[in-house]
Amino acid sequence: MAENQWPLWEVFIRSKQGLDHKHAGSLHAADAQMAIENARDVYTRRMEGVSIWVVESKYVHASSPDDATSFYEPANDKVYRHPTFYDLPDELKHM
Amino acid sequence: MRVNIHHMSVQDLEKIFQDKIDADIRIEPKDWMPDAYRKTLIRQMSQHAHSEIVGMLPEANWITRAPTLRRKATLIAKVQDEAGHGLYLYAATETLGAGREELLEQLHTGKAKYSSIFNYPTLTWADMGAIGWLVDGAAIMNQVPLCRASYGPYARAMVRICKEESFHQRQGFEILLTLSKGSAGQRRMCQDAIDRWWWPSVMMFGPNDDASPHTAQSMQWKIKRFSNDELRQRFVDICAEQVKILGMTIPDPDLKWNEQRQHYDFGAIDWDEFWNVVKGNGPCNKERLAARVRAHEEGAWVREAATAHAEKRELKKDRA
Ligand SMILES: [Fe+2]
Ligand SMILES: [Fe+2]
Repeated sequence: MAENQWPLWEVFIRSKQGLDHKHAGSLHAADAQMAIENARDVYTRRMEGVSIWVVESKYVHASSPDDATSFYEPANDKVYRHPTFYDLPDELKHM
Repeated sequence: MRVNIHHMSVQDLEKIFQDKIDADIRIEPKDWMPDAYRKTLIRQMSQHAHSEIVGMLPEANWITRAPTLRRKATLIAKVQDEAGHGLYLYAATETLGAGREELLEQLHTGKAKYSSIFNYPTLTWADMGAIGWLVDGAAIMNQVPLCRASYGPYARAMVRICKEESFHQRQGFEILLTLSKGSAGQRRMCQDAIDRWWWPSVMMFGPNDDASPHTAQSMQWKIKRFSNDELRQRFVDICAEQVKILGMTIPDPDLKWNEQRQHYDFGAIDWDEFWNVVKGNGPCNKERLAARVRAHEEGAWVREAATAHAEKRELKKDRA
């Protein structure tokens, strides 16, 4: 049963106008158009989407989970990037 | 500090892995995981996927003979959902490194199992009701806890599936409710379907806890969150009440409320029947598998045509 396998595609769906496309899952398809049509049938049977992106899985590059600790380290000690870091009097309004 | 997994011992990695699971942190595809976890998940998830796919057959049997257009549209939508569930689960299984072709091959050669419930025949229209109520009901009972499974892609697929399952069970109950208010013949048909589907549904939760040696490991990994008997008891308790609304009975003379346990007691399960069907000797095992293989083989030209079409379109794009 040697058969050429259709490539794998990652599916991203915008659930409504104004929201980001979000990863929904993956599927196999011969090409992009078929991937979009399959994604409609597989992931939006109940109006879950108004827009679909597909990208062949082999083109997705990802950060490595093994290096997560060191990779995200630079943001770890910069609490001053958050508004709550600043000590201001309660009388100060609208800020 | 740089944590490099390549310099860590398997024991250290296993500890980090189990600590994450204990802290309810999901495992994602690229995270390190023990081989046994990966293998067990591939088996569990692909079996589940196969069950969704084979599960379309008994119900598809009644699509052309649905009594009204409303019922027909509903049944088509349900069967289509089951195809979708199979696809969510195959896709999630593939994130563990198993190929789709390989998974299908295992199903078609009988190497992989699917839920035995689908090896029973659908003899009357009432079976569509009993399947929705009992079979989808038991599936939901099994699946809801898996929305919190430790493997991310699996848990996310289950969330999607559970959202869709609720309509399956409700439409089934509605079919039975309608029959239960019908003629004497329709009421008989309703009871007959419940009689035939009850025990196989109760068996869907698998062997008793003392006969499921892998439960402890699966629970530790959080790819199983309640034992077979716990889920089965919940199912029996709920159905024993729901059947009253239908004015029907559950075919178990030992079914009785136990005030002390605050649960229904129920009769002994015929495990010989269960294992017999698992081993391939149920009423429809051969028919189901043959239908699956035939569908795959007869679909080969469609897959080839789609590939050829995609290539042609690619060529045209290059020339343009
Ligand atoms: Fe399903
Ligand atoms: Fe279902």
